[in-house]
Amino acid sequence: MSYPTDRKYTKEHEWITADGKIGITHHAQDSLGDIVFVELPKVGADVSQGKALGTVESVKAVSDIYAPASGTVTEVNGELNTAPEKVNKDAHGAWMVKIAIKNPAELNGLLSAADYEKFVSEEAGH
Amino acid sequence: MGAKMVEFNGWDMPVEYPASIGAGIVKEHMAVRTGVGIFDVSHMGDIRLAGHDALAAVQHISMNDASRLAIGQAQYSALLYPQGTFVDDVIVHRLGHDDYLLVINAGTREKDFGWVHENTRQFDCKVEHLSDDFTQIAIQGPKGVNLLQKLTDADLGAVKFYWLTRGTICGLKNILMGRTGYTAEDGFEIYIPPDEATSARVWYAVLEAGKEFGVVPCGLGARNTLRLEGKLSLYGHEITDTINVWEAGLDRWCKMEKPDFIGRAALEKARGEGVKRTLVGLEMVERGIARDGYKVLDQGGREIGYVTSGSPAPFLKKNIALAYVPPEQAEIGNTVQVEIRGQAVKAKVVPTPFYKRPKNA
Repeated sequence: MSYPTDRKYTKEHEWITADGKIGITHHAQDSLGDIVFVELPKVGADVSQGKALGTVESVKAVSDIYAPASGTVTEVNGELNTAPEKVNKDAHGAWMVKIAIKNPAELNGLLSAADYEKFVSEEAGH
Repeated sequence: MGAKMVEFNGWDMPVEYPASIGAGIVKEHMAVRTGVGIFDVSHMGDIRLAGHDALAAVQHISMNDASRLAIGQAQYSALLYPQGTFVDDVIVHRLGHDDYLLVINAGTREKDFGWVHENTRQFDCKVEHLSDDFTQIAIQGPKGVNLLQKLTDADLGAVKFYWLTRGTICGLKNILMGRTGYTAEDGFEIYIPPDEATSARVWYAVLEAGKEFGVVPCGLGARNTLRLEGKLSLYGHEITDTINVWEAGLDRWCKMEKPDFIGRAALEKARGEGVKRTLVGLEMVERGIARDGYKVLDQGGREIGYVTSGSPAPFLKKNIALAYVPPEQAEIGNTVQVEIRGQAVKAKVVPTPFYKRPKNA
């Protein structure tokens, strides 16, 4: 799997684009297995970097989605309410929410695609 | 094997197999409901009781009536504490005249063996822990019988549900095959020699023979969703050392009229007093998935019980759960709520098992 270089990644397996779209990584969806439920905040909600913004559930597990950066939710991908399996099919296309990023400098502390890929392979190795 | 492994009571177990080999829990589950899936269930424990007093010993330590078993027959049963609560649930197989095999759970096998050993001392019968003597493979689903028949000389059509036979499989003679399982589906469990080379050879032979039936290797995840749809109890969830037989709703397999057994006196007393909680099936009405340990609330938001197992049900395509609630809340159709991440989400009591396999299909 090659990870798109147009975005940043977290060690909790989320990604964020410069314009504030947030999703979970291919590795995350693969670990979770069949995703059946996505719970997201409403438009207007404030999210804080490192805090849970929503939940994703697969058949076997419940997992929090952590905000890669702080901001206010401007859009929610409602399609995932009825078709959560899109996250399995295309994790890097299936964005969950879009936020107005409060402090773009927060993104500097996140991982690049190459660093994330390295992080995932090291995590798998132990 | 490229499966997602998880440590399960000290064993490395596959939770699900990736798309390249298996398909993920949903497809694994569906394969068992509609075709055939195979499980490596070698973690299950086995205890053999053999000798002159073997029947009396089995009768003393288990709640079902083992005297009803013909040679080659099996029954669901449970080992109980004197309080009428669960040591474990078991399948009792009668292998010969004075020869019984108890198949027990992985997580409880050391405890179970110690308990069986301790409580059968007074009987003239040998108790052996055979857990490491077998690799157990479960071949489950409506096509399971067709798959296994390709690999054995035994006439599987003549073996009824919960009966056993022996035969040659992959050149291995006298292999025990039981028409049993933990998926609420037809199928077989086979007990082969445990060495890695033999286990692997048989596993791949089963996969090869199953190709024409679309066989899928399945992990613990699908095993759990399959048993949940069929309302089959899991130790540590629906049955524990603090839950008794009446609460768990396993009355059918508890024969109070047979000779005395451990737990009987307490159950007699408990029956007179009635239960304070009972196991029910729930189906989520509002959006949300009940999970193990979540609180069950009444319509007014008062805590009345808890979820023992909960999951999306891949075949039924509903979110289902088993839960303990007071008997007055257990009526079919009753609305309750499940607390999910601080929100009260509506659910209703539904008949169980959630799934019942079609007869003679």
